[in-house]
Amino acid sequence: MRRFSKVLSMVMVLAMVLSLCACGASSGGSTGGSAGGTITVGVVNNPPSESGYREANVKDMEAVFSKENGYELKAFYSLKNDEQLQAAQGFITEGVDYLLISAAETTGWDEVLQSAKEAGIKVYLFDRMIDVDESLYEAAVVSDMAKEGETAVNWLLDQKLSEYNVIHIQGAMGSDAQIGRTGALDAQFAAGTMNKVVQQTATWDEAEAKKIVESVINSGEKFNVIYAENDGMAKGAVAALDEAGITHGVDGDVVVMGFDCNKWALRELLAGSWNYDGQCSPFQAQIISDLIKSGKAPSSKVIINEEKGFDAKTLTQGDIDTYGLGE
Amino acid sequence: MQEECLLKLRGIDKSFPGVRALHNVDFTLRSGEIHALMGENGAGKSTLIKILTGVYQMDAGSIFVDGDAVSIHSPQDAQNKGISTVYQEITLCPNLTVAENMFIGREKSAWIKQRDYEKKADEQLKSLGIPARSTQQLGNCSLAVQQMVAIARAVDMQCKVLILDEPTSSLDDKEVNMLFGLMRDLKAKGVGIIFVTHFLEQVYEVSDRITVLRNGELVGEYLTKELPQVQLVAKMMGKELDELEDFTGDDTKEAVEGPVFYEATDLSSDATNPFDFTIRKGEVNGFTGLLGSGRSESVRAIFGADKVSSGKVKIAGKEVKISRPIDAMKNGIGYLAEDRKRDGIIPELSVRENIILALQVMNGFFKPISRSESEAFADEYIKALNIKTASSETPVGSLSGGNQQKVILARWLLTHPDYLILDEPTRGIDVGTKLEIQKLVLKLAKEGVSVTFISSEVEEMLRTCSRLIVMRDRHIVGELKGQDLNQAQVMKTIAGGEA
Amino acid sequence: MKSDSRKFLKGGLGQLAIPIIAVALLVIFNLIRDPGFFSITITHNNYGNAVLAGNLISIINGASELAILAIGMTLVTAATKGQDISVGAAAAIAGSVFVKVLKSGSTINGGTVLLAFLCSCLVAMLFGAFNGSLVAFFKIQPMIATLILYTCGRSIAYWINGGATPTVTSQILSSIGSFAPGIPIPMPVIIVIVVTILFKLLFHFTSLELLTQSVGINQDAAKLNGINTTFIKLLSFILLGACVSVAGCIGVCRLGLINHETLLLDVEMDAILAVAIGGNSLGGGKFKISGSIIGAYVIQMLTITLYAMKVSSTDVKAYKAIVIVLLVVIGSPVVKEKFRKLLQKRNSQKKEASAA
Repeated sequence: MRRFSKVLSMVMVLAMVLSLCACGASSGGSTGGSAGGTITVGVVNNPPSESGYREANVKDMEAVFSKENGYELKAFYSLKNDEQLQAAQGFITEGVDYLLISAAETTGWDEVLQSAKEAGIKVYLFDRMIDVDESLYEAAVVSDMAKEGETAVNWLLDQKLSEYNVIHIQGAMGSDAQIGRTGALDAQFAAGTMNKVVQQTATWDEAEAKKIVESVINSGEKFNVIYAENDGMAKGAVAALDEAGITHGVDGDVVVMGFDCNKWALRELLAGSWNYDGQCSPFQAQIISDLIKSGKAPSSKVIINEEKGFDAKTLTQGDIDTYGLGE
Repeated sequence: MQEECLLKLRGIDKSFPGVRALHNVDFTLRSGEIHALMGENGAGKSTLIKILTGVYQMDAGSIFVDGDAVSIHSPQDAQNKGISTVYQEITLCPNLTVAENMFIGREKSAWIKQRDYEKKADEQLKSLGIPARSTQQLGNCSLAVQQMVAIARAVDMQCKVLILDEPTSSLDDKEVNMLFGLMRDLKAKGVGIIFVTHFLEQVYEVSDRITVLRNGELVGEYLTKELPQVQLVAKMMGKELDELEDFTGDDTKEAVEGPVFYEATDLSSDATNPFDFTIRKGEVNGFTGLLGSGRSESVRAIFGADKVSSGKVKIAGKEVKISRPIDAMKNGIGYLAEDRKRDGIIPELSVRENIILALQVMNGFFKPISRSESEAFADEYIKALNIKTASSETPVGSLSGGNQQKVILARWLLTHPDYLILDEPTRGIDVGTKLEIQKLVLKLAKEGVSVTFISSEVEEMLRTCSRLIVMRDRHIVGELKGQDLNQAQVMKTIAGGEA
Repeated sequence: MKSDSRKFLKGGLGQLAIPIIAVALLVIFNLIRDPGFFSITITHNNYGNAVLAGNLISIINGASELAILAIGMTLVTAATKGQDISVGAAAAIAGSVFVKVLKSGSTINGGTVLLAFLCSCLVAMLFGAFNGSLVAFFKIQPMIATLILYTCGRSIAYWINGGATPTVTSQILSSIGSFAPGIPIPMPVIIVIVVTILFKLLFHFTSLELLTQSVGINQDAAKLNGINTTFIKLLSFILLGACVSVAGCIGVCRLGLINHETLLLDVEMDAILAVAIGGNSLGGGKFKISGSIIGAYVIQMLTITLYAMKVSSTDVKAYKAIVIVLLVVIGSPVVKEKFRKLLQKRNSQKKEASAA
């Protein structure tokens, strides 16, 4: 027993080390050396493990900036700003043609972007803005989280409910997505068009969302809208409704709204058990590729990636295949 | 008085709640002498040293340094008065250099240049003949050198009195000689050294004078060359030799003639030298020797408590392998450890749980002793051993020392051992319980159980054992039985045979 | 009656006094605030089953994962004098394995769910063994040893499924995660009862309890009594691994999806707190499983109370901290001793008074 467990522990330690190495390797980029005619693109991004959004974002980048489309893609993924800065500097030294950045933090990039400009490398920001002078980059392709919120709230107003008693489940407080998606709804609460039953953060945690809704149900307060700032929390909220025997979705008593357009969430819409899902598009690659290929300077420094909101009544399987994230 | 008195202690008293640790103790240290401070456990050596170094405050008495009456309030205070101590456990920082260790915490200004004190350290090391460089990391030096660096640090602080508390306990012979060389050098320079050790031979090799304490009282101060070893042992143990010579006969036990139960050849552990040992069925034998002589380590090796490094063991004629306590237990051996608090009781568990523990472990993981069964066991032994406890569910930690010891005895008796090792079962418990335990040992032997009984009180062993194995400096130096089984002979053998 | 209450305060119930007092205080507080707070109603859920509902059910149901983890954490604490801070991350791994196995099959039925659970249990126990061997063989402090898995566990969970939030939908899973047809009590509650019974049986049919306590209180003595202390420590981590797996799978079944980032997030601190509130010493040794379970319910009751009071969930943690500090301080040996002395003094005064 003793012997065996000793061996076992060694094997486990070894396995851990190996798996960590594997992780390091997978984040490495492709090999250097740009072939004639192809455009070399260096991408500095957050790792796909960050979220479903990021995973789709990375996949999209890989698909658009492929060999077939005439690109050579070098990618670096990290959640740490200083590692990202180093990698960006590395890409500049290697001499890539374009540098695409989704920064971990908004500050500290001046020097790197300056040296890119001096080296004649064009910089595009995607998904996240950086605090630098506009002249240091070509354009930023970003989502407008506030607009996502507005789209969703406008959709909700269009439903012409006799009254709006809203359970508002927020994401991690202070995140861009939370601030953007909360803003539009807060305006309605302030204007009195909608009634705030409860407004709580579940910090993107599904189980916490379920507890929040459960607590409202137990208190006996009336509500007819659940506005959850991502799909997971909407799912947690729905679990609470199911347990309490409250109907939801199309033809149900409670309107369920989520964000992010995960494939599984859109399927809930298609099945009619949710009502609305707001897109937060990770697909910036095509827009940037179009700009690069057109050779023209973009008309504006900030390009808003147009985002949709899906209604359960009009959603099609095709939409799920095109816009759904994950799987 | 011809020699110059460095340090004089007169009429020192010190009590702790419930214990009088020192009573009216005198001590004198002259310049340029090595003075051994001797005594068995509880004699008051360490209390005296702690008073000298300012750790404790004495209740009564006076201390003179260079003839001036002083009072010592703290270790820092003691150092300022020229009294330095090097403890058994090295208290320096192994990850700093030798020079840093010598000077750390005592720079008058924080801006002493590194180069300067390295140079100073090297000079110091050279003058004391210590084989180390100032830039070496202390942890890379041998234990002896570390010990010597500690001494060098003390000497450099202009100490007049140097206290060495068991400095040799973790050194080998060669290292001990190096240390003695240094001690003699310091002596020649006029430093007075107080040397505390368990090793008799070292005392005779290096010391000039011996002061003996016993039970917190001064026995006397002697010139080393005028005090034979056997006399020293007798004084430490509290018997005058003449008195011992008369004491014969009555307690002598017949040697037991049963089959051999346990036999070890060349047995050794990390803590012992190889030794041979046998015990017969129904025999009571003892290991004796001064503290640190290796008696506990030997029985720990028998039980597999320390890592066994060599040896062949036969039980009832069959060769067995005992490398862990559970092996010994499965072969019918029980072991009551020397340190009841550290190695014996599980204080927060109940008397009942403490009693069944060893049996439960032997039964195995999947055969728990049921509640009712364990209650029956506990009640049986509480009654049999007359354990004074409110109930069998009382936490054992709240019992008196003697009753705790009985609980551990019960624990081993419950396993029905063929061979029971009792290491100091009578230490720190009341007289009544001591007698009960001795009677129990004899009763067990009559029932055919082999018992090894260790006690620092020789009378107890003479009363119970039919054979005594005498140890000195981690070697077996004699085996006494029959006619030889008397105090005088024990003392002589411990002290080195010839009186 | 009076002597009973005195015995209770003197520690007749021993270590359970504090958690039970905590429950009582919370119950009284809620009843004053809202007399109907604990009322239980019967409703029909969306699958047509008659089920119990109400705050009490929410509390007992919601604390299930925590209670199960607290059981395992109690054992680890008792044996190793330290805590496993990787249980949340390990639960994410266990849940991910559960989902991975379920998704690899074509259909989900009772057999595949059982298989998936067994796989998840095996993996979680292996990770427990990993933590345990760091502690038992390499003598690393439990909190430091488990820091490794705490840090990388959720990344490992991510690699298992590749996606952020894979979903699994099945009637069986929702039966496990909420209500089974015909049983009005939430299934997780029943699972807690089953796990508790299993542990009680384990204690009954093995000497684990005695050996674990001995190792935790006095390791040197335990060794000299022939106890394989390494094995006991390792075993405690492996058993915690099994608990982690059960908790992780319940978490998955509740929602039908696994989010490796949020599944049982920060649960390790709550589990350690449950052990402490249960009157168990975090320094190891004597333990009571029942105390830790009650501790888990105390924490959940506190959370639900705060939600019901519409305290913003960002503030909930701060309020929780205040209450927990109070509970832990009241349960500390210093306060207990003071209280005992006070009681003694009053008793003797009373005696004097009656004598006079």
